[in-house]
Amino acid sequence: MNVPSVAAPLAADARKPARLKAMMTTYRVPLSILALCILPWLLPSKALAVNVLIYGVVCVGYNLLFGYTGLLSFGHAAFFGAGAYITGIAIGQFGVSWYLAVLMGVTGGAVLAFIIGGMSTRTRGIYFSMVTLALAQLVYYVALQASTWTGGENGLRGFTVNRINLFGFDINFLDPVNKYYVLMVFAAAALWLVSRILNSPFGAAIEAIRENERRARTCGYDVERTKLLAFTLSGTICALGGTMSALHLAFVPLESLHYLTSGMIVMMTLLGGASSFFGPFIGALVFLLMEDVFSLWTSHWQIIVGSIFVLFVLFLPKGIWGTFLSRVVR
Amino acid sequence: MDTELILMQLFSGVALGAILVITALGLSIIFGMMGVVNFAHGALFMVGAYAGLWVASLTGSFWWGLLVAPIMIGVFGMLIEFVLIRRLYGRSIDDPLLLTFGLSYVLVEGVRIVFGSDGIPFPTPSLLTGVVDLGVGFFPIYRIFVVALVFAIVVLLWLGLEKTKFGLIVRAGSRDPMMMRVLGVDISKVWLAVFGLGVGLAALGGVLAGPMRSVNPEMGALVLAEAFVVTVIGGLGSLVGAIIAGLLVGVVISMTALFAPEMATIVMFALMAIVLLIRPQGLFGKLA
Amino acid sequence: MTKDNRNSNRFNISRRHMLAALGTGVGVMAMPWIARAADDNIRIGFPTPLTGPFAAEAKDQVKSAELAVKQVNDKGGINGRKVELLVRDDKLNGGEAATRTLELIEKDKVHAIVGSLSSAVQLAVNEVTRARGVLYVSISQSDTINEVKDFSKYTFHEALNPTMTTAAVARYAFKKGTKVAHLVADYAYGHEMLRGFKRAQAAIGAETVGEIMHPFGAADYSTFMPRLRSMRPDILCISNFGRDQANSIKQAVDFGLKQSSKIVVPVLLHNQRLAVTPEVFEGVVGGSNYYWGLEGTLPSAKAFNDAYRAANGGAIPTDYGAYGYTGVMSLLQAMQAAGGTDTDKVIAALEALKYDVAKGPQYYRKCDHQSVQSVLVLESKKKADMKGDSDLFSIVANEAPSEQVLRTCAELGFPT
Repeated sequence: MNVPSVAAPLAADARKPARLKAMMTTYRVPLSILALCILPWLLPSKALAVNVLIYGVVCVGYNLLFGYTGLLSFGHAAFFGAGAYITGIAIGQFGVSWYLAVLMGVTGGAVLAFIIGGMSTRTRGIYFSMVTLALAQLVYYVALQASTWTGGENGLRGFTVNRINLFGFDINFLDPVNKYYVLMVFAAAALWLVSRILNSPFGAAIEAIRENERRARTCGYDVERTKLLAFTLSGTICALGGTMSALHLAFVPLESLHYLTSGMIVMMTLLGGASSFFGPFIGALVFLLMEDVFSLWTSHWQIIVGSIFVLFVLFLPKGIWGTFLSRVVR
Repeated sequence: MDTELILMQLFSGVALGAILVITALGLSIIFGMMGVVNFAHGALFMVGAYAGLWVASLTGSFWWGLLVAPIMIGVFGMLIEFVLIRRLYGRSIDDPLLLTFGLSYVLVEGVRIVFGSDGIPFPTPSLLTGVVDLGVGFFPIYRIFVVALVFAIVVLLWLGLEKTKFGLIVRAGSRDPMMMRVLGVDISKVWLAVFGLGVGLAALGGVLAGPMRSVNPEMGALVLAEAFVVTVIGGLGSLVGAIIAGLLVGVVISMTALFAPEMATIVMFALMAIVLLIRPQGLFGKLA
Repeated sequence: MTKDNRNSNRFNISRRHMLAALGTGVGVMAMPWIARAADDNIRIGFPTPLTGPFAAEAKDQVKSAELAVKQVNDKGGINGRKVELLVRDDKLNGGEAATRTLELIEKDKVHAIVGSLSSAVQLAVNEVTRARGVLYVSISQSDTINEVKDFSKYTFHEALNPTMTTAAVARYAFKKGTKVAHLVADYAYGHEMLRGFKRAQAAIGAETVGEIMHPFGAADYSTFMPRLRSMRPDILCISNFGRDQANSIKQAVDFGLKQSSKIVVPVLLHNQRLAVTPEVFEGVVGGSNYYWGLEGTLPSAKAFNDAYRAANGGAIPTDYGAYGYTGVMSLLQAMQAAGGTDTDKVIAALEALKYDVAKGPQYYRKCDHQSVQSVLVLESKKKADMKGDSDLFSIVANEAPSEQVLRTCAELGFPT
């Protein structure tokens, strides 16, 4: 397990790999941002790079709950979709400026996460997963019915952001490179926030709950409140990913709220590595790249992705990045 | 709204519930006895429908399909348990859920590769075509058959679990697997059989549903959601719960269809959420 | 196993794994560079749902579109430039479609897009193309895309829309005083079809005896049948698409509704008819954009069918498949007239275009860029009347193209 050990003293005879690992942990945010900076030049298309950014943020946020607190939620698409829809509606129907719309989207997602979290954290184990699935599906059907606001299953349209005003600079947002780096700022902020959370006493608390809930309670942690807070924070970051998606596509598909999207988020997180900081990002990258490339080769790419996922659950539960970290960077 | 219509609607609800019951039974048995949430249950339902169609087209008879397909897919289910799920025991309880989730993608796409993406017709057996006048309205004979068959299966299942030695082992094993091992029972064989049984029930549901809806690779997705709703409301692991909840959900959907048909799916999920929040173990289940 | 054993074993495997992964990764990333085509070609993006429930229709669309491209290339291309079709899988998902469209525009630098197969996906693609000034010919039913809110001068709607389709079907099937019961899928497609039918009914004098909305994607319709029966309609009008259509018709027949009422649908789908037996669909009436049986009376249909048969081993084009041909062909003919891919010239050419490539004369109306075309009304044949495996329907009406059947420009919100 990757327990962040910022303040832990290293053994006097620490081998180089251990120091490397500690260094990677300390500098994980700048290293991640560096990786993100060069990402668009490595991938076949900028649109794919932006998608990786978006889903990377969503998965890192989701992992706060899944990998670090140990709660398998099958309904995080609700927050992703909520963030996207609120941003889109704010820009499209109320003419709000884009950064305010982002703020509204994130806040809306946080509120929804608080409500759903409040209801679901009262259950445990498999029932928790079922509740999150059911509540998220409820949000899906409500959005489907409220078609005057959301466009129903036609999706939300009519809020294209062509140019944005960033600190006095007029940027052409349609240009893929510009769009990527603007959205990267959000991604960097999200990564920084998650890292801070994980480094804090709260971060230690959620990991304690994952390890042994009863013992954490005996140690005096308010387990219910901690879980709720973790849920809300995780949902908020997913909502941020949603707002990024809305800005990117200028379109919010109804599928953003469906449990299959939730399932995809889980798959990406697991694929990359649920017990590491940057793992979910790698998972999103690999998943989206596989999907992009495989669907060029065959229309049956789903069987490949499904099989790979099954193999990972069986043999590489730590995911790509998690396995890499634990084997190589010892 | 006249009483005839309401009675007809109730009857439709019961008939609708029959398919829900048989699929939910399989899901509930697997969770109750093994603690595994089988996310591939809907996909296996669909595979069952295709298997039934295939056998029926080979032998020219629906009845052979009905008999052979569930057994075939049940064995396939045992293979899945043996090769894949067995490796996950001792690990996090979420792992089988995740594995079966991935497996459902593989199964659906596999069927698409072998049979194509188009819907395939599943002709109703000639013995059961036509409608019968129930006095309050006309009802397809085939659906009445489905209700009767599901009822018979439920009775058989109950007899099997209550009256046979194997049933005793299964029931005991669900309560305390460790104790079973201590007593010398090979629990892994029991789980193999239970998983096969659960999957076989799903496949049977698929074969029964085939003539009512066209057979296509996506038919399992909605069924999975419905099966989850029913199992949760009835209680994960409770057979009685699955039966009562299945009929209840069928009737609720049917009555909603009378007044606000577009709300039918929302009502289903809302009910599931409410039950989970107020009484997470469902109507008849026991808290894990 | 001792700790050391495990570590050395796994470490080796893991390193091999990494190298393999790296190699694959580099190879994968290099692929698009290797596959980049000649720069002088005219590139047309074609997003279509190759995965999902409409894979069959999508593949038909690809085959038809490729036929159109091949025919133009064989005649020397457009001003000497070859045309290239870039097919992408949009997975019937608006988000995916938007991403693929962005890739097609930004990476592959396409000159135009033709597609896709659902209303939601079309609107997503439209959002992307109109913001970037890229030509888009949409080939799926939608009333929304005609309206001023989603309009763009770069978008042309080649497919039928619900208003036209329902009007034609209603005119054939309804009379004054006919009692119609509606079973409608509760989403945009269903609502638009219902609205179209009611509009047509009002003009004819037929009455609605009941309306039931069913959840989109429902598998079981048994709970709606008793109520529908109790309405005692002359006509049961079922407005849904794809699997929903096959399932609902089958179950209506199971419940004996066909004995007392005639079943009418807005669009009679070739592939859905194949998903159930001929007995189920027998006598069902619905509209369509194209049916291969037109070749008996229309030379352009015969030419299209023959070319399609030659290229596809004797197979005939289906309804939605034909959209691939008509959509791409109208675009290519306009490009031919414009002498190239200059967007404004092609727009002018499309607005002035009169084309007849498979189903008779067609042209684009100026205010909303809707293709004015004939609407077919088909009836599903009984098994005994079928002269072959593909002889599924008979053409009972063929409404000539007319702007009268469309909503007026003012109705759609355009300034007059």
